[in-house]
Amino acid sequence: MTRMRNRSQTIWFAAAVLLFATAPVLIAMAPNEATMGLVAKIFYFHVPAWFVMFAAVFVCGIASAVYLFTERARADRLAVSAAELAVLFGLMGLTTGPLWGRVSWGVWWQWDVRLTTALILELTFIAYLLLRRYGGPGSEKLSAGLALFGMANVPFVYVSVNFWRTIHPETTVVPTLEMPMAGPFWWCVAAYFALFLVMLDGRRRLEEQRAAVDRLRLAYDDD
Amino acid sequence: MGEFCRIAWLVMRKDLRVEVRSRELVYTTVFFATSCVLVFSFAFVREGRPLAGVEAGIVWVALAYAGQLALGRAFERELGQDALRALLLAPVERSAIFVGKLLGIVLLMAIVEVVVVFLVTLFFSSALIEQAFWLAALLAAATVGFAAVGTLFAAMLARSQSRAVLLPVLLYPVTIPVLVAGVSGTIALLAAEPNLDQARFWLALIAFFDVVFLTLTLWTFEPLMAE
Amino acid sequence: MSATPAAEDPFDFEQVTVSNVSRHYGRRRALTRVSLTLRRGEVVGLLGPNGAGKSTLLGLLASLIAPSAGTVRYGDRTADAAGALLRGRLGLLSHELRLYPELTARENLDFFAGLYGLPDAAARVSAALERARLADRAGDAVQGFSRGMRQRLALERTLLHDPRLVLLDEPFTGLDEGSCRALASRLRDLRSARRMVLVATHDLDLIDGIVDRAVLLRRGRVGTLAEAGGTLRERYRAALAE
Repeated sequence: MTRMRNRSQTIWFAAAVLLFATAPVLIAMAPNEATMGLVAKIFYFHVPAWFVMFAAVFVCGIASAVYLFTERARADRLAVSAAELAVLFGLMGLTTGPLWGRVSWGVWWQWDVRLTTALILELTFIAYLLLRRYGGPGSEKLSAGLALFGMANVPFVYVSVNFWRTIHPETTVVPTLEMPMAGPFWWCVAAYFALFLVMLDGRRRLEEQRAAVDRLRLAYDDD
Repeated sequence: MGEFCRIAWLVMRKDLRVEVRSRELVYTTVFFATSCVLVFSFAFVREGRPLAGVEAGIVWVALAYAGQLALGRAFERELGQDALRALLLAPVERSAIFVGKLLGIVLLMAIVEVVVVFLVTLFFSSALIEQAFWLAALLAAATVGFAAVGTLFAAMLARSQSRAVLLPVLLYPVTIPVLVAGVSGTIALLAAEPNLDQARFWLALIAFFDVVFLTLTLWTFEPLMAE
Repeated sequence: MSATPAAEDPFDFEQVTVSNVSRHYGRRRALTRVSLTLRRGEVVGLLGPNGAGKSTLLGLLASLIAPSAGTVRYGDRTADAAGALLRGRLGLLSHELRLYPELTARENLDFFAGLYGLPDAAARVSAALERARLADRAGDAVQGFSRGMRQRLALERTLLHDPRLVLLDEPFTGLDEGSCRALASRLRDLRSARRMVLVATHDLDLIDGIVDRAVLLRRGRVGTLAEAGGTLRERYRAALAE
């Protein structure tokens, strides 16, 4: 059983490494975008990171809801792993975003709807981690509540920021993908998702082991 | 349902009675909201004239801060005598207790809102009052949403040692849509030619937020309060 | 105070069984495989040094805290299975007193009578004030009361709905001689009314002779206390010295 799991993990890990290693080659070969030049290549990291962050937010939100109503500790372990990855990939999106913005809009930060939504989500999930760390006993439950609310909040944040922005109209350069760029782009998305799954699984397993150590320690105290 | 309302009413009446006796929350939050307005005045009044349209932001930020203060203190009060556990021990639907506490907070915030709107109108010779109906609707809807999320977070943090810092950390990211909608709706009302369509849109957004988050809070209060 | 026959009340129970209950907070163990049974008409003392897990056990029995392992059964049901109405048969006086200092003694009792949906609330509240010897101070705000007065009021507040299972956490703290005697006789009344009472306390001399038996908690486990041979305090000291 363990060996089977180990083998499938090895395969996953290999796939993720391969996908990731190939990505830069494909990106390098992809044509430069006319107006942006080299900086446009950030796009291949920025957008997949943003996709993965969303996926992580939803994994965390749903796992939290499961934990809240069924008290299955496994769901909580998945939720905390996903929350950490949401913060990690969110940070990636939030650092690459301004780099793009500097060239494209001439400013580091733009109150663009996606950037702002990502920032608010990032804050929500940093709050999740803070709560877990400093909330004291029982904070698993409380952070599960927060994750559920954070997930439910996504459409509200998006809509409100979007319409708030239209009050101060500013033009945004929404890049349209030309065909030669689409291939490498989707390759990068696949690579990021593979990486996400490997990291999520690894992080979750770490959490499982931690729980197992706690169980053993408690059992040892018993006797 | 009758029983649910009876319990919510009892809890709210108890909270109001405690507040009428001590007046601690009203005095401190109104004073705090007033200082917020003052601090903003120093930031946003240039050469004796306020920057255009800045009142909307001041009203909402002052309310958010004052609301946070009131939420934290309201539960600290229950906690001082460990009364929250006594409430949870009562053989009633716990969500009814939640609704009772929520109603108390909403009423308290309503008082603060009246004072803040009055002060801002006075200090900034603002046209806030001219659209009183729509402004009241925006404030009422936003207060319900903000207080619902806040009451749940404050209640669940009541057991935590570091609740004072954690409440704002959790509260603001989740209630940002309400604040964005509140500010934007108020700006629409303050325009030389008030844009009621826009105000209605923001009001609808807040109302939708209220429905979703009230449902979620009622749904999660029971599991969140279990130790 | 009349003992309602169990048959009339679907949420009533003849005994409470704690079996193999553990509760831990992360890695910290509060209770380890605790088993005990409480029967009607019994007053049981819960002894143990600070941090032995007495308050956690009381919280568990009050259904406020869920066990990490093991079960607590009221009759033949767990708290989860029985639902919210079961909580109406439990009474917990915790170390903090759960009174609202801004409200008067009567208002405090009225509020909880309302919350519990008690019939003939006014009569019950008056009787409770009488028993707490606070009838003449009923209209005064609790914040002006001494610790002893608050303690008496909080006790009557806990017993207002005539719970089957009465859990008291350090009820003697801050009481003067007279109040201690009154509390002792109140405990005896509860026994004759066939309630089950669990008293966590350090005041061993006070409860010696009141309790039918005592349970010792040490570092989250049930310890052994000699059945006989000397006063409760002597037996407690001997058990801790082991």
